[in-house]
Amino acid sequence: MSEVLALPTRKDEDFRYSDLAALGTVWPVARETIVVAAGEAGSLVVVPEGELVARHLVVSLEEGARFDLFVLNAGHAFGRVAVDVLLGRGAEFRLGAAQLGNGSETLELVTEVTHAEPDAVSRQVVRSVLAGSATGTYLGRVAVARGAIGSDAEQSVRAMLLDRTATANARPELEIYADDVKCAHGCAIGELDASGLFYLESRGLSPAAAKRLMLQAFIAEAFVGAPDEDALAAAAQAALAGLL
Amino acid sequence: MTSLLEIADLSAEVAGKPILKGLSLRVGAGEIHAIMGPNGAGKSTLGYVLGGRPGYEVTGGSVTFAGQDLLALAPHERAAAGLFLGFQYPVEIPGVSNVQFLREALNAQRTARGEAPLSGGEFLKLAREKAGLLRFDMEMLKRPVNVAFSGGEKKRAEMVQMGILGPTLAILDETDSGLDIDALRICGEGINAIMRQPDKAVVLITHYQRLLDYVQPDVVHVLADGRIVRSGGPELAHELEAQGYEATA
Repeated sequence: MSEVLALPTRKDEDFRYSDLAALGTVWPVARETIVVAAGEAGSLVVVPEGELVARHLVVSLEEGARFDLFVLNAGHAFGRVAVDVLLGRGAEFRLGAAQLGNGSETLELVTEVTHAEPDAVSRQVVRSVLAGSATGTYLGRVAVARGAIGSDAEQSVRAMLLDRTATANARPELEIYADDVKCAHGCAIGELDASGLFYLESRGLSPAAAKRLMLQAFIAEAFVGAPDEDALAAAAQAALAGLL
Repeated sequence: MTSLLEIADLSAEVAGKPILKGLSLRVGAGEIHAIMGPNGAGKSTLGYVLGGRPGYEVTGGSVTFAGQDLLALAPHERAAAGLFLGFQYPVEIPGVSNVQFLREALNAQRTARGEAPLSGGEFLKLAREKAGLLRFDMEMLKRPVNVAFSGGEKKRAEMVQMGILGPTLAILDETDSGLDIDALRICGEGINAIMRQPDKAVVLITHYQRLLDYVQPDVVHVLADGRIVRSGGPELAHELEAQGYEATA
């Protein structure tokens, strides 16, 4: 597979917002294969480590299988997590991800979920908090194959910009080649609610504490039901503290 | 009588528009003052200015609270100094539980005052006691701040917050709006239980006499066009109710 080895360019949609110089230092990215057998369930927490890091998961869910994936992408000059998922009949995939960036960090989450057969479910919840001149990108393609009726796909993508100099890219994408499917995506990029911050501050919280509390709640939505939800929330909280 | 709050010739504007135009007010410890007045007089602006809300710009005058220059303090420092602002429209904060938020807020205030923070157990005991005063379900305190609360529940939750935080001065902006008769009485009794003490004071901002039936004010002021235009005893509220603002001001 020679195309895997050649360093991508910006013309490649999946790398359009990437930091190609940083990517070059970790290229090629080894693919990590995960197969969940028919009727089985599995889960994985991915917290990449390192200044420059890229991971690429290739997940295959057989009939009726379930897989829950949680990603905390934070604290990297360059951090990229790519996930390809192939869903068999009646399989269920859930992704909860948070990207927390500061300084000139580039964080990316690129997913491609294929509903290959009928009645599969995919749910993606992605929350990004970006400060400084960080860039956070979510590119999420959901493909529903011909004949994959009864597919149910949902993408909830929200980003919070703490500084006007930070950038969020969010591109949920649907390619549907079947009838009778349910696909929904929501995407919002915003700033912390000023009236909420004042409300919390008026009760005695410092501006930083008020922001931290609201952001904690914002990213917690991504980690609901994670195998070790408290540990993941604590790691996210520590990363958040670095943004305020 | 020690003056807890002293507002002298206060002017403030919002988005470049003058709202408060030389407002003066003295509130002594142990007193309850009511501020009444027509819509647009500047009642809510007064509350927000005292609370330090961004966008409410003071253009003149001074505010002294317990001997400190209130206007020099950030909102959270005002809270630690003993000020509580009851919101006309309490804000919903999804995902943040009342219990977590109030414990953090109270402990931030206590730390700022050099007091030891409360443990989880101590805090819950205090919260249970104050919720009981307002007949507010503890289970609701575990839910996100004001989310899916009815108008009346939000106002009672505000009073529970006030009880837990234990301020010396409460500025309550139309706490009576959105309350049915029973909730009005419960809130009124809560205000009395929490705030009617020799070292505390309350400024009630309201349109109507009805809250004042439960929380008897010592002084009633009429605020019109950014100034206090008239002050009197509790009978002034009855007069206003009977005759309207235009006849009295």
